[in-house]
Amino acid sequence: MPVTTTMRRHTATALLLLPALLFLALSFVAPMLILFKLSVTAKEGPLWAYGEILGNAVYLRVFWNTLVVAVAVTAISVIAAYPTAYMLTLLKGWALTLAVYGVLFPLWISVLIRTFSWILLLEKNGPVNRALVASGVVDGPVQFLFNNTGVLIGMIHVLLPYAILPIYANMLRVDGRLMLASDGLAASPWMTFRRVYLPLTMPGVGAGAVFVFLLSLGFFITPALLGGISNLTVAMLIELLVNERLIWSLAAAASFLLLAAIAALLAVAARFVPLGTALEAR
Amino acid sequence: MSNRGLAISFRGVARNFGSVRALLPIELEIGAGEFLTLLGPSGSGKTTLLNIAAGYIGPSTGRVLIGDRDVTDLPPRRRNIGMVFQNYALFPHLAVFENVAYGLHARGVPAADIARRVESALEMVRLSGYGGRTIRQLSGGQQQRVALARALVIEPDVLLMDEPLGALDRQLRQHVQLEIRRLHRQHGRTTIYVTHDQEEALVMSDRIAIMRDGRVEQIDSAETLYRRPRSAFVAGFLGESNLLRGTIAGIDGVDARLRVDGFDDVIVGHAADGLKAGARAAALIRPEAVKLAPDARIKARVIEAIYLGELLALRLSLANGQVILCRRFACDGVPEGDKIGIVWQPADVRILPDDAPARPQDHNVEEN
Repeated sequence: MPVTTTMRRHTATALLLLPALLFLALSFVAPMLILFKLSVTAKEGPLWAYGEILGNAVYLRVFWNTLVVAVAVTAISVIAAYPTAYMLTLLKGWALTLAVYGVLFPLWISVLIRTFSWILLLEKNGPVNRALVASGVVDGPVQFLFNNTGVLIGMIHVLLPYAILPIYANMLRVDGRLMLASDGLAASPWMTFRRVYLPLTMPGVGAGAVFVFLLSLGFFITPALLGGISNLTVAMLIELLVNERLIWSLAAAASFLLLAAIAALLAVAARFVPLGTALEAR
Repeated sequence: MSNRGLAISFRGVARNFGSVRALLPIELEIGAGEFLTLLGPSGSGKTTLLNIAAGYIGPSTGRVLIGDRDVTDLPPRRRNIGMVFQNYALFPHLAVFENVAYGLHARGVPAADIARRVESALEMVRLSGYGGRTIRQLSGGQQQRVALARALVIEPDVLLMDEPLGALDRQLRQHVQLEIRRLHRQHGRTTIYVTHDQEEALVMSDRIAIMRDGRVEQIDSAETLYRRPRSAFVAGFLGESNLLRGTIAGIDGVDARLRVDGFDDVIVGHAADGLKAGARAAALIRPEAVKLAPDARIKARVIEAIYLGELLALRLSLANGQVILCRRFACDGVPEGDKIGIVWQPADVRILPDDAPARPQDHNVEEN
């Protein structure tokens, strides 16, 4: 009897997973395989596309720029998210509801609309520049758009909630009495933060950083609209290779190199940040 | 660890939470080296008083002194207290050693001294060699001892404990009670211990303060509280008690006569302070003071006889339905259902102001 029960349970598990597995196989695994085939079947030779990208300084600069932007976006997002998340833990009632909606609301608006809004705000004669010039902070309008500054502003705006939410969830799980205990043991507020609160909220910081980092590596719309042609990211490069240059094998190889870079970075990150504990409830 | 800690005094300390008066003005002095237990039901203000001592809550009025120092306006970190929390509040990301060393790090103690002092603190709570373990690897009882070591290693002026045994099972609790008592004899530090468990209070304390509704109802040694409670509430909170309610018929010197409701007899006993003829009162007779005597005038029916090893716990019912608890040595076998005679000595009876809420067992059994 136990054998039958176990088998029945396995069958049930398999059946329950089947729709998701089928969907993944058709929409993710199969295209990946086709893409991989595309990257190694250039008429110049199987590894030509990879060699072309890795051996070309221009392509490598695009990869480097993507990484720099992603690291900067991640660092600034996490640093901005940490105090925001902490503030959320202090709020109650309608103030908390309002603040949480404030964090989530931007997620409901299309990235495209938000990016165009930034263009309107940040252009040479936009309200931001007019205010800066009028207040005498700067002599002439600041060039925010079509460089990395604009890309950073736009991407951080979109990605900030992805940093705030895991950090906030982690902070909610920290037992407040630990801070009282630290205080009672004569620790200064700074020592309490550095030795107790910060280490206990690091899994949330790690999870938020990984979310933001991964999303920013593949970001397309915001860098495409707010960045300049001299600040290409890998996503923009792939689009260029597919739509303008029509060298699909190069585009496929660039995708796989980005994927490999992400996998390598995640493997390193997993060594330092216990991502599992950040996502599971205690 | 020769220092015995410092005295701590509460001078007119009171605390309101909004419109709720959690603590009415309290005058309390705990001597250096004394073990005082705050005992009371939940909501009696005992934890509030402890948190005021620690500095986690400020008093609405009044001053708190540790030794000669007025600490009322100081945060916990500047009070030199040792606090043991209800669920220990150990740092889950630090090893046992680091947990115990935390307060020493905070005080800037040199690393070599830290190692030595943590080692001796762990030895004191019998956890030598556990320094490298993580908190999760410890049992509840072991975590409790780490919390104790962490609080004691800093040589606090006052040790504060908030129901530290609440999370342990009964057997472990009894063991740790004795352990805390042994440690107190050893380190001799001024201790305030909060609990709602009378047994813990009896085992460990020099004095017990019975708290109720934000006031200290009575503060005395365990024996005095048991033998000479000042009110029916105190009598009911510490140990088992028979309370026979009635009206004072008269006061004769130190004794009072109580006319018990639904009962022809008057009961004579030692009167508590402030009782007047005609007032409502209760006669307290402890179960061990009730004796069996075949020809006694007061008759009772045995409704329950439970063997507790060497003791026999009897539940008796008087003619008016009042239930009387009685404890005798188990050699006098008493069959359930029997009619027996009971007596007590006036010296064992105390007439107390009746301020305790009536419990079901004081009512007529036939009603149930």
